[in-house]
Amino acid sequence: MCIVIGMSVGFALLGLLESGPRHGYDLKRFYDERFGHGRALHYGQVYSTLARLLKNGLVEVESEPGDGPERKRYAITSAGVTDVAGWLAQPEKPEPYLQSTLYTKVVLALLTGRDAADLLDGQRAEHLRLMRELTRRKSDGDLADQLICDHALFHLEADLRWLELTAARLDQLADQVRP
Amino acid sequence: MASPMADDALLTAEDLHLSFGPTPALSSASLRVHAGEVLALMGPSGSGKSTLLHCLAGILSPDSGRVRFDGHDLSAMSDARRSALRRTEFGFVFQFGQLVPELSCLENVALPLRLAGVGRRQAQRSAAEWLDRLEVADVAGKRPGQASGGQGQRVAVARALVTRPRVIFADEPTGALDSLNGERVMRLFTAAAQQTGAAVVLVTHEARVAAYSDREAVVRDGRVREQEYVR
Repeated sequence: MCIVIGMSVGFALLGLLESGPRHGYDLKRFYDERFGHGRALHYGQVYSTLARLLKNGLVEVESEPGDGPERKRYAITSAGVTDVAGWLAQPEKPEPYLQSTLYTKVVLALLTGRDAADLLDGQRAEHLRLMRELTRRKSDGDLADQLICDHALFHLEADLRWLELTAARLDQLADQVRP
Repeated sequence: MASPMADDALLTAEDLHLSFGPTPALSSASLRVHAGEVLALMGPSGSGKSTLLHCLAGILSPDSGRVRFDGHDLSAMSDARRSALRRTEFGFVFQFGQLVPELSCLENVALPLRLAGVGRRQAQRSAAEWLDRLEVADVAGKRPGQASGGQGQRVAVARALVTRPRVIFADEPTGALDSLNGERVMRLFTAAAQQTGAAVVLVTHEARVAAYSDREAVVRDGRVREQEYVR
């Protein structure tokens, strides 16, 4: 499970560079060990991200004799440190999930006279399947695995509570959505 | 025609109906429990999941329908035979209040063996082994009131397993515990049940607890929706 996605990879690499300059290869290994969890970064992604950070003045290159990207050591700049600090200080926006696909499906099922309870039970089974997988992975894993799996498990649990609540309120919801 | 899966089920409920006065608790509830599996019974409060567990364990008798254990109809048994079955083939773990407060944790775990006629020394030796497996050897000499909630539940699990029952019924076994302690109980409980080959029927409203099961059945309005059993 990859826990750092999209734009965050840049911040993560930048943050890792705060502990000292590193070669691209070394940085990728450092990242994979901490955040990869079975999904390592591609070299291309590492070097394209570093190129972007370089262009934005957030890292600088300490070249060593020889050719090729492996001869470059990347170091964070003071602007880079400020960016990392700003990113860490900024709370992540809680997702309201108000327009979730699932809600749309439930409403459509009710509108079209399909079995919405069936749909919710199917979703519950799918959620629990993933929760079982994460629970097994957690049992076999180290502390990092446990914490990452717990994060996913708590989110899935919240979804399941919503599924329960919605199942209990289906009649009420049906009265409201049906014309 | 009976389902082919029904044949290899260890414990079955067939079309159970049970009402408490005018209130129906179970309405045509059917379920199969297979040897060695952990089955979670889920559902909202008042859905009938604990009532179903009590029927499966022979504690309650349904108004109609059958519960069979290893092919034998529980309702056709005498009270004494059903009691013996509960003592020898079934184990129980509840939310709380199940340990005898005047006895030490070791004596609590040894108690089912003593009731089955096992000598004191042998019973205490087995009890000590089970406490060790559940990682609560350190509370052996303490009374339940001196152990923490999580330790107490692990002692209760040890007591449920000590007679090597074929089915363990657990009703909200982690309901009174925090997440960390609850998970430790479930991890040790399911691992120990797996080692002994016991089936576990687990009533829970917590998805994180149900995630320790092999499959789930949802009880709603006294009916059961069962996930397919895959061997």
